Amino acid sequence: MTVTSRYSDSRLTVCLAGELDHHCAREAMHEISEAADSFLPREIVLDLRKLSFMDSSGIAVIIKTHRSISLRGGKLYVECPQAQPMKVLRAAGIGSIVEIISKREVTT
Amino acid sequence: MKASNYIKLEFPSLSVNEGFARAAAAGFAAQLDPTLDELGDIKTAVSEAVTNCIVHAYPETIGKITMRLKILDGEKLEICIRDWGRGIENVEQAMQPMFTTGGSDRSGMGFTIMESFMDKLKIKSSEGKGTSVTMSHIIKKRRSIR
Ligand SMILES: Nc1ncnc2c1ncn2[C@@H]1O[C@H](COP(=O)(O)OP(=O)(O)OP(=O)(O)O)[C@@H](O)[C@H]1O
Ligand SMILES: [Mg+2]
Repeated sequence: MTVTSRYSDSRLTVCLAGELDHHCAREAMHEISEAADSFLPREIVLDLRKLSFMDSSGIAVIIKTHRSISLRGGKLYVECPQAQPMKVLRAAGIGSIVEIISKREVTT
Repeated sequence: MKASNYIKLEFPSLSVNEGFARAAAAGFAAQLDPTLDELGDIKTAVSEAVTNCIVHAYPETIGKITMRLKILDGEKLEICIRDWGRGIENVEQAMQPMFTTGGSDRSGMGFTIMESFMDKLKIKSSEGKGTSVTMSHIIKKRRSIR
């Protein structure tokens, strides 16, 4: 999996690409925390449009990121998950904790 | 029920094998002509069960994991993932959403996801001896549109 991030206007966008499982969750979490600690963003957007697979290890990454930005008074968004990650997010009930935004809402 | 086709894999509990197990299961399931959605269900459930062996069954050691896949009645994929690790003290409790013994790295959603992505899920475990997770998914035959 690859993690890339960009920062502008107090928003940190982290793009996760490939497959997010237990094998790479620790590294993904490390990259996200490092970027968050250096930019101290008001919003973090996890861009999942290039993430082809995710399991419950990804759920833990999302929950941890949500907790740490909430402690700073910020907000986490999950953007454009593909079908399989979306199904996992639904099964875990993540929608009630973190806002999931689809492409259309973003571009308007 | 007699299996028309089957495979058996054995591998050590190294996290790099999570992706391999998913890909192997998807590759075997392909002969049932599943939809992308069904393939996603199978990969997800396999990933959850194999990760549990790696994380929970063998927390401090590397142990043996087997994965068996069978095709039954030409439309049912049965997956059995087994370890010889720590075992589960209370299976009913372990299956509750958000129950975890894994701390903040885990969300306690693995069994909930396996249950909702597969048609059937059965767990057998004994403490100190190991755990087997057997699950199945019906892959309905699709009429070919030509
Ligand atoms: N193969 C196993 N061997 C020993 N204990 C297990 C095994 N599988 C599951 N467990 C126990 O059952 C609990 C629940 O498992 P489940 O997969 O639902 O959640 P989790 O693995 O803790 O978190 P997540 O799957 O969301 O990362 C685990 O925390 C662990 O205590
Ligand atoms: Mg699990």
